[in-house]
Amino acid sequence: MTARPVLSIRNLQVEFRSGEARTLVVPEVSLDIMPGESYGLVGESGCGKTTTALAVMGYLGKGGRIASGNIFLEDEDLVKASPEHLRSVRGRRIGMVYQEPASTLNPTMTIGRQLLEVPIYHLGMSKAEARKLVLATLEDVRMPDPASIMQRYPHQISGGQQQRIVIAMALLARPALILLDEPTAGLDVTVEAVVLDLIMSLRKKYGTSLLFISHNLAQVAKVCDRVGVMYSGVIVEEAPVAELFGKSRHPYTQGLIACVPDVRAGKQHRTLMPIPGRIPLPSERPGGCFFGPRCMHAVKGLCDVSAVPLVQLADSVHAVRCLRAEEGVAPPAAVTGGELKVAPVLGEGLSVTGLSKIYDAPQGGKLVANDDLDIAAARGEILSIVGESGCGKSTFARIIAGLDTPSRGRISFGGRLLAEAGRKGRKAAAQRTVQMVFQNPDGTLNPSHSVGWPIRRVLAKFGLARSAVDVERRTRELFEIVRLPVELATRRPSELSGGQKQRVAIARAFASNPELVVADEPVSALDVSVQAAVVTLLLDIQRHNATTMVFISHDLALVRHIADRVAVMYLGKVMEQGTVEEIFSPPHHPYTEALLSAVSVTEAHQGGIRLTGDTPSPVNLPKGCRFASRCPRKLGPICDSEAPPVQAASPTHEIACHIPLEQLRNPPPLAARPGSAE
Amino acid sequence: MLRFIAGRLVLLFVTLLAASVVVFSISEFSPGSVARKSLGPYASQEQVESLTKRLKADDPLPLRYVRWLGVLAGVIDDPLQDPATGLDFHDPRGSRYFGNLGYSTLYKMPVNDVIWDRLGNTAILAGLAFAFIIPLSMIFGVLSGMREGSKTDRTLSTLSIVLTSIPEFASSVFLVTLFVILLPLLPGTSPLTESGQWSMASQLILPVAVLVIYDFGYVARMIRISMVEVMEKPYIRTAILKGLSPRRVIMRHALRNAMIAPFTVLLLQVNFLVSGVVVTELVFAYPGFGRMLLEASLFGDITLIEAATLITVTVAVVTQLLGDIGYMLLNPQVRID
Repeated sequence: MTARPVLSIRNLQVEFRSGEARTLVVPEVSLDIMPGESYGLVGESGCGKTTTALAVMGYLGKGGRIASGNIFLEDEDLVKASPEHLRSVRGRRIGMVYQEPASTLNPTMTIGRQLLEVPIYHLGMSKAEARKLVLATLEDVRMPDPASIMQRYPHQISGGQQQRIVIAMALLARPALILLDEPTAGLDVTVEAVVLDLIMSLRKKYGTSLLFISHNLAQVAKVCDRVGVMYSGVIVEEAPVAELFGKSRHPYTQGLIACVPDVRAGKQHRTLMPIPGRIPLPSERPGGCFFGPRCMHAVKGLCDVSAVPLVQLADSVHAVRCLRAEEGVAPPAAVTGGELKVAPVLGEGLSVTGLSKIYDAPQGGKLVANDDLDIAAARGEILSIVGESGCGKSTFARIIAGLDTPSRGRISFGGRLLAEAGRKGRKAAAQRTVQMVFQNPDGTLNPSHSVGWPIRRVLAKFGLARSAVDVERRTRELFEIVRLPVELATRRPSELSGGQKQRVAIARAFASNPELVVADEPVSALDVSVQAAVVTLLLDIQRHNATTMVFISHDLALVRHIADRVAVMYLGKVMEQGTVEEIFSPPHHPYTEALLSAVSVTEAHQGGIRLTGDTPSPVNLPKGCRFASRCPRKLGPICDSEAPPVQAASPTHEIACHIPLEQLRNPPPLAARPGSAE
Repeated sequence: MLRFIAGRLVLLFVTLLAASVVVFSISEFSPGSVARKSLGPYASQEQVESLTKRLKADDPLPLRYVRWLGVLAGVIDDPLQDPATGLDFHDPRGSRYFGNLGYSTLYKMPVNDVIWDRLGNTAILAGLAFAFIIPLSMIFGVLSGMREGSKTDRTLSTLSIVLTSIPEFASSVFLVTLFVILLPLLPGTSPLTESGQWSMASQLILPVAVLVIYDFGYVARMIRISMVEVMEKPYIRTAILKGLSPRRVIMRHALRNAMIAPFTVLLLQVNFLVSGVVVTELVFAYPGFGRMLLEASLFGDITLIEAATLITVTVAVVTQLLGDIGYMLLNPQVRID
């Protein structure tokens, strides 16, 4: 590559002002993106990666401004551009794709009108010409039936489709550069895989350069050529993707890689290594190396003295902001094999038989959220429920936790009945034994009470502490268990970070010494390093108390890492269940296979199995197999007309599929399948 | 959609019935009798009792209510129009017809002859005021909400808060002092008669101005809040980063979304303008609906109060219906089939 960079950011400083106070959110960022290159910017939330992207767009919102530095787009400096000129760049020469497509599109304008604006405004096209271009671009992003899509409103299409619309919008004016800010956040794994494939193929087709922002290292590894790791507003390491993941030099990068669960290894084989502490606020950055206080390799008197420069290593493609980089600091030693860190199994645990939950759909008909589920977990085991959104996993969690009642079937724990169709309410004793950790730590703590309050309330309500002194002592213990300073108990939730709030939620759930804890996506809203810490903590407590746990997740790597037993759900039905080893090795149900392929690291973008279409509506379900309409290995009409038999691959491993076990055991090679070629 | 509207009409009917019962029962507890008020303080007790009897005001409440309902539906004759009572009540439409709202004891006229003129006068006042309130509040709300905390925002917000906090009687007196006494440009009263030097139009200026000043600031505040919220939405960022001009962002992307929430509030102003403008009508001696309602209440003219209640409830329910339909048209995410 001899060409000039498309985008060149030089010594960018971004500050935010509020009143008299100024905070330097981005102290220094420099990076180059070559024509056709895909550059990944990774880091935890609050590291300044989105701010950097918005600075490129000249849009920093209230109080934000570029304090110094240059942003060259080809050869002109955008920092000096007039508002009018910036407007001609936005959407024309730089496109942007955002996270959460649902809120990115205007809910009161048809998709067609929103798309047409771009060519009409930027390319000066007539309405008819613009329409032609929009239709062609919608074909490019593989939207079925583009003409009718243009008539619709954003809420009438699925999340994956919405994101394709946003991508089409960014592509319309054929920009030289597209900024992608966490483009797959909030999408299901299978949809995410399709969207990433799409981005990659469009990039190839149009030669567009990408700035890909993500906190997901696995995704960056798939999509990018070169990666910059950002920490507290500065790039701490930059290298080609293989180099970065193979030979990372900065302790922060090493830490990030070590805390990502790998879909190939379970908890017996690998412990996640959380990075201690948290990212400093811009106002509390330490002197010297910003990462110093959290770094296991930091040397007093060296790392905390003066600002650390980003130094190009001898091979010239790899740059590191670490004084000890040349010494070659070792990544944290991964704990492997050896001690089997699993809670002891103590007999009969959770038993769910014939559980169904049917709602009356608002449009008439029946919405079957859970259909005849038979699931069991021994005491002390972690049962994971996986599946895409809408598969009924959260309904299942709610019913177990007693927030909803089953329409049919029964649930028992340790031989005692917990819930049964037609029975409302639960005795306090049963409530005490089953507790729940919710998905979003921001929404589950009452903002007007201190975070210690829900814990004290649990203790008082279930009579677990006799006196006020008892309550205080136990609260203190619980805070110690979740490794939070006790002083935090008097704070309001708004003063805590996301990870701290989720620790409080865990302390609350374990306050009543429950025997069964239902965790509904407890770490999906957290950053990877925080996620690793919270998961490790959850596993520790679970193991120590031999608590049975139902762990709901869409993250297969995480499930692989923590579960003993897994049930894969699709549209309210269990497709496959078994021990974690069985689920993650053949024979697979075709749906499990597709899920695994979507997150697989090795298949990269050579096109694994991709599910087309969207999950059908759970109202008025088909008679045959639920998955038939999207199944890449569909046999024929039998899949549509007859419910699949449940085949036992082993005493603990069940697969509901018409395909004989023998064939499931030996899946045909990908190349031999229709629709998998890219 | 048709089913939705039909449902609302049934609801309207039920609400009307319930409201009429409530008003009937409450007026039972208001002090003083109609007969005493008609005859004045110097009439003898016997005279009062005799009139009460002739007005059939001493019948039990349920009987009177059912009778009122029967007269309204045109099923029975209005007993008060019977010449035998000696009340000299006479409705040119006859004593039994559908929609017979009865006879006003206050104005000594059929309610149908009193109320519609008054309502028409108020409709002129309210319509003119509303025609100014909508654009003014939208301009103020959008301009101040599109850049929260800017100089324009602070100026317009302060102005609308100040104007809205001035009570109608205060602004009336102020405007009268200014334009009637100091600069005799406008009439101080608005009896809506063509007599004298003041044209009908000139008689409307001050009352409309008072209503607009009092009401638009409040609606502007509502639109401002909604606008501020919308401007922070990610889809506005999308529109800006598409390279659209600020004008296009506001007009095409923000405005419709920002009007969804305040739309209902805007329509609620119709209710206020129809039945809540008592003070303004009183100050300017405007022969409107609100003033009539006040006088009827003070007098205990139950048939007139009932008729006014039916009208205000209908107006309220219909504006709500319009509000909901408008809401659906503005917000494609809410559609009722």
